[in-house]
Amino acid sequence: MVDTGTASWRGRLTLGLLLAPALLWLLALIILPHLDLAVLSFRERVAPREFRASLAQYKTFFGEPIYWQIFVRTAAMSAIATLLTLVLAFPVAWTIAKLARGRASSLLFVVCLIPFWVSETVRTLGWMILLRESGVLPSVLVKLGVTAMPVEMLYHDATILVGLVYTSLLFMVVPLVGSLESLDNSLIEAAYDLGGNGWSVLRKIVIPHAAPGITAGCIVVFMLTLGNYLTPTLLGGKNSQWFTEQIYTQFITRFNWEQGAAFGFLLLVLSTTMVWLGLRASGQRFGEVMRRS
Amino acid sequence: MAGVAPNRRPVNMVFQQLALFPMMSVAENVAFGLARRGVKRAEQIKKSEAMLERVGLAGAGNKKVDELSGGQRQRVAIARSLVLEPTLLLLDEPLGALDLKLREHMKIELKQLQAAFGTTFVYITHDQSEALVLSDHVGVMNKGRFEQLGTPQELYYSPATPFVAGFVGANNKITGKALRNRDGIVDLASSSGWHISARAVGTVASGDSVAAFVRPEVASLGRHASELPAGQPAYQAAVESLLFDGANSAVLLREASTKLEFRIALPQTGRFADLRVGEPIFFSFDPERAVCFPVSAAANG
Repeated sequence: MVDTGTASWRGRLTLGLLLAPALLWLLALIILPHLDLAVLSFRERVAPREFRASLAQYKTFFGEPIYWQIFVRTAAMSAIATLLTLVLAFPVAWTIAKLARGRASSLLFVVCLIPFWVSETVRTLGWMILLRESGVLPSVLVKLGVTAMPVEMLYHDATILVGLVYTSLLFMVVPLVGSLESLDNSLIEAAYDLGGNGWSVLRKIVIPHAAPGITAGCIVVFMLTLGNYLTPTLLGGKNSQWFTEQIYTQFITRFNWEQGAAFGFLLLVLSTTMVWLGLRASGQRFGEVMRRS
Repeated sequence: MAGVAPNRRPVNMVFQQLALFPMMSVAENVAFGLARRGVKRAEQIKKSEAMLERVGLAGAGNKKVDELSGGQRQRVAIARSLVLEPTLLLLDEPLGALDLKLREHMKIELKQLQAAFGTTFVYITHDQSEALVLSDHVGVMNKGRFEQLGTPQELYYSPATPFVAGFVGANNKITGKALRNRDGIVDLASSSGWHISARAVGTVASGDSVAAFVRPEVASLGRHASELPAGQPAYQAAVESLLFDGANSAVLLREASTKLEFRIALPQTGRFADLRVGEPIFFSFDPERAVCFPVSAAANG
C-alpha cells in the first residue's frame, strides 16, 4: 500500500512537472493578460490617473459605424479567404495524399513548406515587388500589350485576399492531407463500382470522410486570417480596413488602452462565435476535430 | 463488354475489405447505388429494406456500419451490390482478412446466400478450400492463363495439367522417365530409381519425361504387406514424421530403397494412432487412381 501510494504520488508529480511549462505559459501569457485586458475594457478614464467602471468602450464600438463596419468587413473577408483557401488547398492535398506516391508525396509536401522558411514579412514584401505599380506583373502586362499603362495592383481587396490565402494555404493543406490519407482507396473504388461519378464520390464519400480535417483547417485559417495584421496592412495599405489595425491604432497611436482592450475582446468573441457556428453547421465536435487533424 | 469501362458493366464487386461506407448508415450503404441511378427516394428505401430483409438484416438499416459484426458486414456488402441486380457479382477474396473460425462460418453463409439469390458469383481466392467448398465451377489460373475449368470434383479427381494436380489439394509428386505405356497405365522410374505405375493423362510414350501425382488418401498403409489390398504393388518405407491434424492427419514416409518422401492420409478408424517415428511400414496405391503427365524437360523443375 505504501509503495503504490508513493508511486502514484510520484506519477502525479512527474505529470505536474511535465505539464508545468505549458500551464505556466497558459497562465502568464494567455490568462493573466486577458484578465487584465478584460478589466481595462470595462473602465473609463474620467481624469488623469482616475478611472471608473463603465461600458463606454463597448458603447463607442456600437455607436461609431466605422468601427463595427470594419469589424463586419474583417469577418466577411476572413470567411471569403478561408473558403478560397479551402478550394485551392483541396486539390493540392488530394494530389499529395492520393495521387503522389512515396517520395513524390513527401517532395510535394516540402514544396508547400519551403515558402514558410522565409518570414511572413519578407514573403509579403515579395508580393509587393510583384504587384506594385512599378513592379514585375504590371510591367509584364504593359509589355504584352494587355494594359497601356502600368496598373497599381496593390491596395485592393483582391490583393489582400491573395496575400491571406497565400499565407494560410499550408495550414489548410496539412490537416486536409491528414484526413485524406486516412481515406481507404477501396471506398472510392466501391463507390465508382456502384455507379458513382466524380462529383457524387466527392460529395458522398470524400467530403464526409474529410469533414474533421476540413473543419480543423477552416478554424485555423479563419483565426489566423482574422488576427492577421501584417498582410492586410502591407498589401491593403490604408484601404485594408482590417480590425487588427484598429486595435493597433488604439493601443499604439492613440494610447487608448481601454478602447483597444474592448476591441480585442470583441475580436475574441467574434472568432469564438464563428468557430462555434462553423462546428454547429458541419455537425462536428471541437475535441474530435482537433484530435482527428 | 470489352469496350465498356469496368464501372459501367452490369457487374458489381464485393471488395476484399468489404469497403462499406463508414460515413453512412447500413440502409444508406445499400441505397447508394440506387441513388446514383436516380431511383426515387421512396423506391430506394423500399428496395434497400427488402434487400436487407433478404440477407437477414431486417431492421438494421439505421445502424452504423461499425456496429455490425463481421458476418453482418459481409451481408451488407453483398446486399449493397445485389440491390442493383447485376448479372454477375464479383467477390475479390472477401474472406481474406478474417480469422479462421469466422472464415469457416462465412464460407457456409456465402454459399447459402448465393443459393438463395441465384445470381452468378465469381469468387476470386487463393484459398483452395474456399474455392472447392463454394463453387459449382472452378477456374484454376496460373501466370494469367486458365489451366483448367471444371467442377471442383473434376479438378480434384481428374486434373488436366501437372499444375492443377500439384495445386489443388495435397498431392505426392514423383518425376522421372516413362518406361512403357500399357494401355493407359504408365510404368515409370523416378530419377532416384523408384518404380511405380500411374494412369496416363495425355499421350505418354516410353522414354518421355513424366510427372506422376498420387493423392495422400489414395494410398493404403499396412504394418505387413499382407494387410494391403491385393493386386497392388507394395512398397516398404519408414515413418519420417507424423502430421496430426484431426480428421486431416497424415503421415510422412520415406520409401525404403530411394528415400523419396511420400505423404499418406491416416485412416479415420484410428488404426494407426499408435504409429511411431522410424517404424517400418508398407504402403501401396491403385495405379488407376494416380495420374501421370508428360512434361517438357524445361517445365520439370
